[in-house]
Amino acid sequence: MPSKATIDRVQAGKDQLQFITCGSVDDGKSTLIGRLLHDSKVIYEDQLAALARDSAKHGTTGNDVDFALLVDGLEAEREQGITIDVAYRFFTTLRRSFMVADTPGHEQYTRNMATGASNAQLAIILIDARKGVLVQTKRHSFICSLLGIRHVVLAVNKIDLVKYNKERFDRIVGDYMAFAAGLGFTSVVPIPISARYGDNVINQSDKTKWYQGPCLLDYLESIDIQSDVARQVFRFPVQWVNRPNLDFRGYAGSVASGSISAGDEIVVAASGRTTRVKRIVTQDGNLPRADAGDAVTITLEDEIDIGRGDLLARPNERPEVTDQFAAHLIWMDNDPLVAGRNYIFRIGTRTGVAGSITAIKHRIDVNTREHLAARKLSLNEIGFCNVATALPVAFDPYEVNRKTGSFIVIDRFTNRTVGAGMIAFPLRRATNIARQPLSVGKSERAALKNQKPCIIWFTGLSGAGKSTIANIVDQKLFAMSCHTILLDGDNMRHGLNRDLGFSEADRVENIRRVGEVAKLMADGGLIVICSFISPYRAERDMVRNLVAREEFIEIFVDTPLEECVRRDPKGLYSKAKSGKIKNFTGIDAPYEIPMRPEFHLRTMDQTPEQLAEAVIDVLKARAIVHGH
Amino acid sequence: MQQSGCRVVRSCLLLRQGYRPKRKRCAKWHLTNNNSVSKKNHMLPKHLRRLEAESIEIMREVVAGFKNPVMLYSIGKDSSVMLHVAIKAFYPAKLPFPLLHVDTTWKFREMITFRDETAKRLGVELIVHVNKEGLERGINPIDSGSALHTRVMKTDALKQALDLYHFDAAFGGARRDEEKSRAKERIFSFRSAGHVWDPRNQRPELWNLFNTQLLQGETMRVFAMSNWTELDIWEYIMLEKIPVVPLYFAKQRPVVRRSGATIMVDDKRLRLQSNETPEMRMIRFRTLGCYPLSGAIDSDATTIEDIVAEMHTATVSERQGRLIDTDEAASMEKKKWEGYF
Repeated sequence: MPSKATIDRVQAGKDQLQFITCGSVDDGKSTLIGRLLHDSKVIYEDQLAALARDSAKHGTTGNDVDFALLVDGLEAEREQGITIDVAYRFFTTLRRSFMVADTPGHEQYTRNMATGASNAQLAIILIDARKGVLVQTKRHSFICSLLGIRHVVLAVNKIDLVKYNKERFDRIVGDYMAFAAGLGFTSVVPIPISARYGDNVINQSDKTKWYQGPCLLDYLESIDIQSDVARQVFRFPVQWVNRPNLDFRGYAGSVASGSISAGDEIVVAASGRTTRVKRIVTQDGNLPRADAGDAVTITLEDEIDIGRGDLLARPNERPEVTDQFAAHLIWMDNDPLVAGRNYIFRIGTRTGVAGSITAIKHRIDVNTREHLAARKLSLNEIGFCNVATALPVAFDPYEVNRKTGSFIVIDRFTNRTVGAGMIAFPLRRATNIARQPLSVGKSERAALKNQKPCIIWFTGLSGAGKSTIANIVDQKLFAMSCHTILLDGDNMRHGLNRDLGFSEADRVENIRRVGEVAKLMADGGLIVICSFISPYRAERDMVRNLVAREEFIEIFVDTPLEECVRRDPKGLYSKAKSGKIKNFTGIDAPYEIPMRPEFHLRTMDQTPEQLAEAVIDVLKARAIVHGH
Repeated sequence: MQQSGCRVVRSCLLLRQGYRPKRKRCAKWHLTNNNSVSKKNHMLPKHLRRLEAESIEIMREVVAGFKNPVMLYSIGKDSSVMLHVAIKAFYPAKLPFPLLHVDTTWKFREMITFRDETAKRLGVELIVHVNKEGLERGINPIDSGSALHTRVMKTDALKQALDLYHFDAAFGGARRDEEKSRAKERIFSFRSAGHVWDPRNQRPELWNLFNTQLLQGETMRVFAMSNWTELDIWEYIMLEKIPVVPLYFAKQRPVVRRSGATIMVDDKRLRLQSNETPEMRMIRFRTLGCYPLSGAIDSDATTIEDIVAEMHTATVSERQGRLIDTDEAASMEKKKWEGYF
């Protein structure tokens, strides 16, 4: 019965290996993948026919079929002859199914390599036998190591072009081993290959009789990758609460590592509450046990508060829970990372976590692994940073668990994924600095002053009239017996912030400090009037988020740039234009206008007195102060 | 124990009338007996279990992360698997989103029958959308050509439906192994306002940490079956005993040869030319779409087991049967820029 044989063959089962290929532009990555696909017979006749047509048109291999064209997908890159994004390819043998991430070797695409490496268990690092270990080889190896890949195949390619020379191969292997010693790989297996002619790819080559090891495919089929994850402890990030009716409450998610059985005791990492697993539910029936990778729904013995983002573990194997940690960070956006700026973090299934990179400890040169001082991280740069989150989060160090030790960074305005991080260790500071409870609170202090404390934040270009209007508002409030304080940009820079300049990073830190001071004063029950150019939306919103929603009143002092330049009360615009001042807002530094300010002051046809009166009206309308 | 509370909603866009069909949600949840012990799933080989679990994780992520998701249901084998996995993902709750079929009105009749039976059998909500405007303009695959027909009746129709119901995420069953430009597609494929796909503006996807944040007007296409191969699909259908459209199985059917492909005469609209005489041939389909654009293959595979066995020895790709891909070089990529799934 052929059909029975088919079922048996399918059910005999095989596991899956995900690997990544990396190399420089001309090392032959795409050719190697094309060769694996071709020789393992997943290329169909019509695709081969298309390949032959393409080879004639775009190929770089003369009359031979150019296997690279099998995997170079998008039109533009086919024409340029380089791969510019991550492509995923599949092939299968009787023993394993393979998923290959083909990632670019070009310098500016570190982010793509990291993407491909993030889910890979093994890396094939290609070296051109003629060129040996290059700077790019080192970079790729470092990124693989950083992303947690522990198994490496060193594919010394184009061995045909060095006449299958053993000495050449040995020297390259020696060079690489010396370099890779510090990268923490569990295994490095060197194989001499020719992707173009197929030597040692699928079959042992008779041209390299001196090579006794396995051919590439044999090795990929047989390497043990399971024991790496089997040893890990149980982690279950809750993905979705399944509550179809009052009688069922299940926690849906995928087991990140380890395993769990019905009846086992578990703890909710963040709250520390413990209970037992009642059932492990699937549509195919309840499971006695769930293992790493299984997507299941868990029900618990006790009703305890659990939601999306919670991490379940065994009580004697708890993850770290803290709001400050150190991490490696790969920056992936054209806008650089600015320390102190607020971003959104996603850690496991915990999404939408507000936080910031509080310090860039150092930047890492990916070529030399040298540590360099840095105030920002640009696209494709890697740094070691301190991260603070608004809430405590549960995690493991990335080295211990790739699933629970990784996070992404999202821009708050564009929603772009701007960074990817690997947690190194928790910073204990968070747990050591407990908040001192105060007996007299903000509301008591405010009641005594018969006002609502708030932060009135004037933002706008230099010369827009912020300080003039703020000053009149302050006088009027004072006359109304209100308790106020006026924080002015120039004055702050003479004292608390005198160590800061006008770079983007310094401007962010300037506003962060002002925000914290303003918050303390609002806690004291004061109406805090702030007058700062504060050109970046992100930082104004950072201050906004320090206090309650109704306590932050953003006032956009809207004066056209030409008018500010014409007024130029401090003579700064003319200095900036002549190049005597750098990073001047509106001239050679950006101003991001507020999207939804509480009040939009258009200054052109009114006097400062009228404008200040309008602000007072807003405060009355919001019951910040009481009218006469 | 599924209830059969199926509702088929047919929608269309009428010119300049703010017509918005009412869509009533079925009772979202239902309860099933839940103390049976698993036998079936452990029969799945490791690589299929892994693929199934990955798809389930992606589907749950969408339901947790978006306001109003929908599942594109094309009636084909990939959709059948996707739907089967989706029901597992949310068990014992009912499917927390509707299915959407973009009907070009040129699907095989057996597909439409199968679609309606499936919705009824599983008790899921099904929305059927037709580009009424295109229909009125007389767009069809035979006279208008496959490119225009596909753009108007599939791509534009899909965008209409997504806008009409304000869906912010749409599942598609496309797989990375289907075609070269698909191989680079993200699992969460970002579309800026107006459903624009820009391969250079896609979000990096690391680990399983998907970024599901959207601004107003932006949408996400989610390819939950990205990492399955055609063979995985058939093996899974076989082991899970998933019903599929009978057209996948070989049978004597009336066909003609046209443009080098074997086209089944499904109804009179095919308009036979003088040199075309339908002949009965033992054929089946590897992919299904609009019948005048779907090429059949000669085959004796009458069971799923036969198909899997045939797959193991197949020498041409499934897309060869699709006439829409041969329009011009890199045509899939062009279609994707326009918003094709």
